Amino acid sequence: MSGQGELMRIDNLSKSFALRTGLFSRPLELKALQDISFSIQRGETLGIVGESGCGKSTLGRCILQLLKPDEGRVLWLGTDLAALPDEEMRQRRKDLQIIFQDPQASLNPRMTVGEIVADPLRTLMPELSAAQRQIRVQEIMEAVGLQPEMVNRYPHEFSGGQAQRIGIARALITEPKLIVCDEPVSALDVSIQAQILNLLSELKDQFGLTLIFISHNLSVVRHVSDRILVLYLGRMVELSTGDQLYEDAKHPYTKALLTAVPIPDPRRARLRNIDALSGEIPSPINPPSGCTFRTRCRYAKPICAEVRPPLETLADGRLVACHRWAEIDNLPGMESAVAVQASP
Amino acid sequence: MTPYVLKVEDLSVTFALHHSEVRAVREMNFNLRAGETLAVVGESGSGKSQAFLSIMGLLSRNGRATGRAMMGETNLLGLEPARLDKIRGKDIAMIFQDPMTSLNPSLKIRTQLSEVLVKHRGFERDKADRTSVEMLERVGIPEPAKRANAYPHELSGGMRQRVMIAMALLCQPKILIADEPTTALDVTVQAQMLELFKTLTDDFGTSLVLITHDLGVVAGIADRMMVMYAGRAVEKGTVDELFYDPRHPYTLGLLTSTPHVEERARRLNPITGSPPNIEHLPSGCSFHPRCAFRFEQCFAQRPELREVAPGREKACHFEEKLAFEENAA
Repeated sequence: MSGQGELMRIDNLSKSFALRTGLFSRPLELKALQDISFSIQRGETLGIVGESGCGKSTLGRCILQLLKPDEGRVLWLGTDLAALPDEEMRQRRKDLQIIFQDPQASLNPRMTVGEIVADPLRTLMPELSAAQRQIRVQEIMEAVGLQPEMVNRYPHEFSGGQAQRIGIARALITEPKLIVCDEPVSALDVSIQAQILNLLSELKDQFGLTLIFISHNLSVVRHVSDRILVLYLGRMVELSTGDQLYEDAKHPYTKALLTAVPIPDPRRARLRNIDALSGEIPSPINPPSGCTFRTRCRYAKPICAEVRPPLETLADGRLVACHRWAEIDNLPGMESAVAVQASP
Repeated sequence: MTPYVLKVEDLSVTFALHHSEVRAVREMNFNLRAGETLAVVGESGSGKSQAFLSIMGLLSRNGRATGRAMMGETNLLGLEPARLDKIRGKDIAMIFQDPMTSLNPSLKIRTQLSEVLVKHRGFERDKADRTSVEMLERVGIPEPAKRANAYPHELSGGMRQRVMIAMALLCQPKILIADEPTTALDVTVQAQMLELFKTLTDDFGTSLVLITHDLGVVAGIADRMMVMYAGRAVEKGTVDELFYDPRHPYTLGLLTSTPHVEERARRLNPITGSPPNIEHLPSGCSFHPRCAFRFEQCFAQRPELREVAPGREKACHFEEKLAFEENAA
């Protein structure tokens, strides 16, 4: 983290979707995100983790104003993005880009690679001439490790890893400040995944980017992130630095999530006492009262069903939403999940 | 030494295309011991799924398998359909990544499970129903009697995968083949599933073949491991041998490509390039264009899979110790 101040601030953001269940029935409300507040520092990589349905992709899309939040604000250097007139928002889009999960599906099969990569320039920077565009396309393709001669080829001619490089080139071409990476390596083979992760970290340094890295894979998030936000059923559960989180998670859900991550090391894996979380994620249409995690939490007490735990700021700066985190922390035998793995 | 429940010899799988043939699996040999868990690891297109689909007689119509897959005295390959039906689902069962596409959406869970017992074990309907519900309980489905009356779409992904496992275990098969069984599941549900596999293989003495690309899953559950690349097995050994002392550069590359949750390494050491198109394999060793240890021989001559230590095999010309990054140690 280069710590040059706040780039973006998310303020009490909430987003619901209406689900139509039948022609005459009232639509159900799916609360995808509730009361999300955090800031993003310039130059950092913020990881967002959680299981399916936790709202991580919705959050990424709300941040980019691809979805309009129901409540709350997304402040970009102090300016509320939702309040910007269309033309100004268009100017901002140069600064805000996204990389998607499925590299093939996110590229138009009828456009050449050159057209795909140049497309954001055409819409967001129409002042550039065709020649200028071409030069930038060449430069950016080289930066992401694609041969510039490939500009006239079509997406289907590329493997998954190369297609993702094209997606990254398209995101980078407007020289954005912030890129939301939504599961950028989940569809890739292991060997290719590592190439793309390394590429992203190189590009981040080279272009001075700030990244929001959304993934269900905690090992990947750990690898890339400075700070990590854990979501559960649309709410913030814990936000802390990567080291704090992996060495000493405070929220019972974070702890459980960490012990569930498979470790590619047989001896440690055998030593580990997997204490799998029971049950599955409840429906976001009808989330549990109070703490949404209580139905799967072994430490749940009556208060957890009655009162929703507030997001507390701890002395070391991290945020935790749990009534009992301090008590649980002091329980004997509750060393963090990773302490067990660290022993030989 | 425990006896073998499956001996696969010279297994090749070929698919006929319009004007050509594609060889998805080439001359594969391996044995499966009673009660062990064998992980089959490889990236997309490595042939890991097709090899086991062929053993189950489930290749698509243009596919053809040659070689032998011996269960006792029976060669599963080329078995006539009537005889295969008696074995499949009873002595050997397979589950897949996406349980929704493996279950019949228009039949209740109970019906689908009982059918297996009626067909393979000649159970009366009532007894089959009772046994099915018991099995649902064994695999950790809450309120099994109620869930048995549900249709597949009414269950979550994790529950559906449990139903598939229950169905596969109804006849207490000798072999269970699981093709990426946890890939579509959330990490907490995946952990539950892997624990379930461990318990069930212990309880039933079933041999498990776990087909996966996830080395984390392998480390937690498997005894032995076979790494596949471009249709061939390139390295075999125990899980510890391959993780702590990989002898094939591809195995090493997979290990150094995998991020670990407990450490923030500065850089991963990926394998360069991408997996080859199996229609146009490189000359010599298929892995040579991506290999950091290649030398002249690798371009010209394909390395045979050979024993390098008792129980360990590799297909690589490089004889010296691989320079091993500290990542996986």
